[in-house]
Amino acid sequence: MTLFILRRVIQSVFVLLAVSLVVFFAVYAIGDPVELLVSPDTSAAEREVMIRRLGLDLPIWRQYLVFLGNLAQGDLGTSFVHGVPAVELILQRLPATLELVVLSLVIAVSIGLPLGMIAGLAPETRTARTIMTGSIFGYSLPAFWQGMMLIFVFAVFLNWAPAAGRGDTVSLLGVEVSFLTADGWSHLILPAINLALPNLALVLRLAASGTAEARLQDYVKYARAKGVRRGRIVRRHILRNILVPVVTVIGVEFGSLIAYSTITETVFAWPGMGKLLIDSVYQLDRPVVVAYVMIATFIFVTVNLLVDLAYAMLDPRVELEKGAS
Amino acid sequence: MNAPSPNAARPLLEVRGLRTVFHSLAGAYAAVDGVDLSIAPGEVVGLVGESGSGKSVTGFSLMRLVDPPGEIVAGEVLFEGRDLLSLPESAMRAIRGDRIAMIFQDPLMTLNPVLTIGEQMIEAVTEHHGVGERAARTRAIEALGQVGIASAAQRLRQYPHEFSGGMRQRVAIATAMLNQPDLIIADEPTTALDVTIQGQILHEMQKLCEASGTALLWITHDLGVVAELADRICVMYSGRIVETGTADDVLDAPRHPYTAGLLGSVPSVNAPGSRLHQIDGTAPPLSARPTGCPFRTRCGNVLPVCAEIDPPLAGPVPGRGWRCHNPMPERDAA
Ligand SMILES: Nc1ncnc2c1ncn2[C@@H]1O[C@H](COP(=O)(O)OP(=O)(O)OP(=O)(O)O)[C@@H](O)[C@H]1O
Ligand code: SF4
Ligand SMILES: [Mg+2]
Repeated sequence: MTLFILRRVIQSVFVLLAVSLVVFFAVYAIGDPVELLVSPDTSAAEREVMIRRLGLDLPIWRQYLVFLGNLAQGDLGTSFVHGVPAVELILQRLPATLELVVLSLVIAVSIGLPLGMIAGLAPETRTARTIMTGSIFGYSLPAFWQGMMLIFVFAVFLNWAPAAGRGDTVSLLGVEVSFLTADGWSHLILPAINLALPNLALVLRLAASGTAEARLQDYVKYARAKGVRRGRIVRRHILRNILVPVVTVIGVEFGSLIAYSTITETVFAWPGMGKLLIDSVYQLDRPVVVAYVMIATFIFVTVNLLVDLAYAMLDPRVELEKGAS
Repeated sequence: MNAPSPNAARPLLEVRGLRTVFHSLAGAYAAVDGVDLSIAPGEVVGLVGESGSGKSVTGFSLMRLVDPPGEIVAGEVLFEGRDLLSLPESAMRAIRGDRIAMIFQDPLMTLNPVLTIGEQMIEAVTEHHGVGERAARTRAIEALGQVGIASAAQRLRQYPHEFSGGMRQRVAIATAMLNQPDLIIADEPTTALDVTIQGQILHEMQKLCEASGTALLWITHDLGVVAELADRICVMYSGRIVETGTADDVLDAPRHPYTAGLLGSVPSVNAPGSRLHQIDGTAPPLSARPTGCPFRTRCGNVLPVCAEIDPPLAGPVPGRGWRCHNPMPERDAA
């Protein structure tokens, strides 16, 4: 177990290094930030000073080495635009994104799992077919379009919930959160649904196919032969078996949701990391973009490790020591 | 046509005209076709036949566990006089696992891989009796001890993959015994195991049932096993009971050519593990059963009448009978 975790941590360090290399050079290729940072009437001398101060006079590989050196000391660079450490900027925005991502996963699972199980338990029924057909919309319509429709129907047409911003926040352990105020909730709900829909559909379809398969297994028939009630068969024997793929998917999706939230945050003007990323890309604020990708990767890798640990807990046949990655 | 019950006492289980069909695109075919069975309290009955003869489907039909495309279409399953086939599902559930327990054919597939053995045994008790989990656990430990599983308390915390095939089958037997049922339907519970363990488990099971007065319907294609264990034998072919009688009568003086064929090369009825003699030919598919006697395509005694008329079950005394126009010559049971 410890060995497994240790090995995974070392692997993660290499993944982070590789990612940093790719992003660093990619961001370099996008464009020269100096043009955006200095106003046209700055003197050539001032311009020189600025370039030197930002370290942009060095060749790219030297810049990368400087970046790595700072990284080793926990410094991901300072925003060109805001003049504050990039990490600080991102961490400020992280709670808003996490709030959105976690709520959307909760929605996806709490609705997708039961609906999928209902459909899987009686696949031939009309209810099941309705559920499965409905789920197709969840993942076949683009997130951007879904977001616009949500805004149009619920914010503009029905006027049930606001379409932009974060609403009132309160401080929870020093972090500003929306989900503890009524106004925050009303702001949170539409973007969370927008982010949840594709995963809701995914969890639903996984649960449906898993349930449809599990209910025909001999162990279900055997449980019936023991006189176990249907409710218990569904809750323990079937749910316990389909939880393994569902948890795996949730873990993997957690990482991609942080990335996907970029679209949702842009559509709903939600002040999270994703919105910061888009703004930073437009402003060619290299340190922020690089730091964002590094932090997102870090979250992704960590969650994957947690998923593997959960996997081993849910499926007693899995042995961590033997599994490679 | 129905031989009356051979048992003086009221039978525990009395099956009459049971018919279970499977629906397919080509129409329905009967896997169990008019089966009559009678089991007295505490009696051990062997249900013997080749693969595909309908033994497992018979067992599942008695438990009312036939799933689509299968369907029980006719007959009565009287358990202590009540027809199980007309009970509401909730009443049937209360009987399953409590009064009638079943051990499945494949020990590898029947335990849920992600639940502990303990949970799977304990639920069999708590779903029927208003006892706490601790009392149920104690009962499970006791039952595991009875089937020879050491350090049962620790074993309960383990998962099925940590048990060998033989151990899992013992778990299934212990689970069946948990509520001291009146009847256990054991569907080839030892075929997947090696011969030595088969013998052990067989012996233990026989002792346990004897001690608790539990009746046993032992499904197998191993005549050696049945000879050792059963009071009475029913031989099944193509969904029907073709011969029935006491173990001695059927084994020593078989009258149906099919039974005689099965016995043809059993080297010693005392050697568990000996398989049925291979009879020439294969059973016709259920969907294309021949007219008249279903065995006539493979029978050495076949007469012209066999293609015309399906012989009814008939015999000299209640509880002894066969379905044949031209039976094997009479012999004295040894
Ligand atoms: N799920 C099913 N779907 C369709 N037909 C089935 C199904 N289960 C059983 N049958 C039919 O019923 C017949 C009898 O099957 P059954 O399992 O009772 O045989 P068996 O005597 O138990 O054989 P074995 O010794 O191989 O276990 C099979 O030949 C098959 O045609
Ligand atoms: S009825 Fe005819 S075909 Fe059938 S077993 Fe008897 S002799 Fe053979
Ligand atoms: Mg079978």
